[in-house]
Amino acid sequence: MNFVALKMLVSDRAKYFSLIFAIAFASFLLANQISIFIGIMARPSSQVQDVVDADIWVMDPQTLYDGEVYSLRDYDLYRVRSVPGVEWAVPLYKGLGRAKGPDGKFRTVILLGVNDATLVGAPRKMLLGSIYDLDRPDAAIIDNAGFQYFFPGEPLQVAKTLEMNERRVLIVGISDASAPFQSFPVLHTRYSQALGFVGRERNLLSFVLAKPAAGMTVAEVCRRIEAATGLKARSTAEFSWDAFLFYIRNTGIPVNFGITVMIALIVGTVIPGQTFYIFTVENLKQFGALKAIGVTNRRIVGMILLQAIVVGGTGYALGMGITAAFFARTVNYLPTRGIVFPWQVMAGIAVVVLFVVGLASLISIRRVLVLEPAVVFRG
Amino acid sequence: MATDGIAVFSRDVTKVFGRGETQVHALRGIDLKIRLGELTMLVGPSGSGKTTLLSVITGLLDATSGELVVLGQRPAELSQEELILFRRKNLGFVFQQYNLIPALTAVENVAVSLLAGGVKRRQAVARGEEFLEILGVAHRAHALPSELSGGEQQRVALARALIHEPRLIVGDEPTSALDGQTGHAVMELLRATAVRPDRAVIIVTHDARIFDFADQIAHMDDGQIVSLEENRKNGALTNVFATASAAS
Repeated sequence: MNFVALKMLVSDRAKYFSLIFAIAFASFLLANQISIFIGIMARPSSQVQDVVDADIWVMDPQTLYDGEVYSLRDYDLYRVRSVPGVEWAVPLYKGLGRAKGPDGKFRTVILLGVNDATLVGAPRKMLLGSIYDLDRPDAAIIDNAGFQYFFPGEPLQVAKTLEMNERRVLIVGISDASAPFQSFPVLHTRYSQALGFVGRERNLLSFVLAKPAAGMTVAEVCRRIEAATGLKARSTAEFSWDAFLFYIRNTGIPVNFGITVMIALIVGTVIPGQTFYIFTVENLKQFGALKAIGVTNRRIVGMILLQAIVVGGTGYALGMGITAAFFARTVNYLPTRGIVFPWQVMAGIAVVVLFVVGLASLISIRRVLVLEPAVVFRG
Repeated sequence: MATDGIAVFSRDVTKVFGRGETQVHALRGIDLKIRLGELTMLVGPSGSGKTTLLSVITGLLDATSGELVVLGQRPAELSQEELILFRRKNLGFVFQQYNLIPALTAVENVAVSLLAGGVKRRQAVARGEEFLEILGVAHRAHALPSELSGGEQQRVALARALIHEPRLIVGDEPTSALDGQTGHAVMELLRATAVRPDRAVIIVTHDARIFDFADQIAHMDDGQIVSLEENRKNGALTNVFATASAAS
């Protein structure tokens, strides 16, 4: 009877396509908005996640996220190093500076000062040059988006210069740093040099990056650092979440995206649900005839579920295809770089679509199950 | 009770819809015997209970009281599942509005009765083509119902009712949507193909033009059989049973 169900479904082309497009549109909207939301909300922690050498971030106890920092004192680095279980600890500066291009165009930049000796915290994804060139005087590595901003239309190249705090900044490399939330250019330099680029501040030590000794867990070492120094110690994952939650709690982003997602969910449930229900109601007489000639309720439920699965599956596949095409177009565009379509979103939307078509078919099934087959004798 | 040669036996069957003040007595003590090998018509004005009686006989509705035996089975004693299987195996339906599935071709519509019984699609369609051939509409096998005339649609519906070789065929106003000539042709075909010694046919109708095709006519009014006539071969219908509703 499956082919009967499928033919009943596709025979009314207008309804069939409106069902599919409603689901496709809803799943596209959901997948698109959720993916963009995740992509944007990953940006506040992008500089934290780009540091792959260290597992532990130590900071002032009142620090909420990496975007707003109250500097530590220099001796805090040694206090952290002295905690049992710490394999090594190095300083990291993170702050904002202003860089000016050769044509006078200036912009606020995120400046990261990495440990001079070990270069822990330096970018690992380089498009041009090497992190070891940071040893050179006035050297800095700029990210791709920053280079495009200061030198629009020029091919990627080193040895270009910027000016920060009336000092020359020599570009020795171009990194593929993750996009920051504010879309500022990202510059990496040596810790000792960062002070010169940002001007006089009494304390420069934004963070201490640490590594647990072999056999020690990150959580245990964090606990020990906090107990021994009174500072705050977070794992990379925890600190990334801190940034994510800070933006969730302190910006309108989740509300705006939440509204869009809710609208997509409501539209995606109501329109296909209603259309599918009407489709079933219009076929009630035929279902009644099938019941009269001896098709069991179970078989009819199977037919309706098959119709729902075909509609839901086709609409979902179409929606995911459109979403994938959308992100394929935008992933290499600088302002939207890093915003991708995670497979988890795709799986989540599958569950949502399953719920939507399940709900729609449940209402339809109920109507068919209570249908008296004697209805076929009514003209 | 002996049921040899009897397709349907009913004694004092009633059907009541609703409760209290809104109660409707659709059937009021139906006594009826329908023999195998015969075509019985249930006739009467609208609201007389013809269709309700047909629904009760086919197990689509439960009788409220009384004794009913259909092809040796008591529908009241069957579970819902057993009743569905009983209908699928033993009953063929011809509806007033044909009730063909618009999305299926004529031959696929015919095959549905077999598909419901688990027959493979290819086999069912091949058998459907044979039946359309018998009923003279093989050339329309791959047409959709919307492309068929009323007479053709009713022939397809008849093929669907016959294809699984049921022992009881029921028709609800099978000619009411057809013009006189087409209705006559459909009844001739029904009579020729459906009536067999091991099978009974029950037709609900108020189309007097087809009364001649009946072996037995049960006249109904107000939920009762008010008269029962038998058709002597090629002769006039003879009233063999009559009861006045006023007398009850």
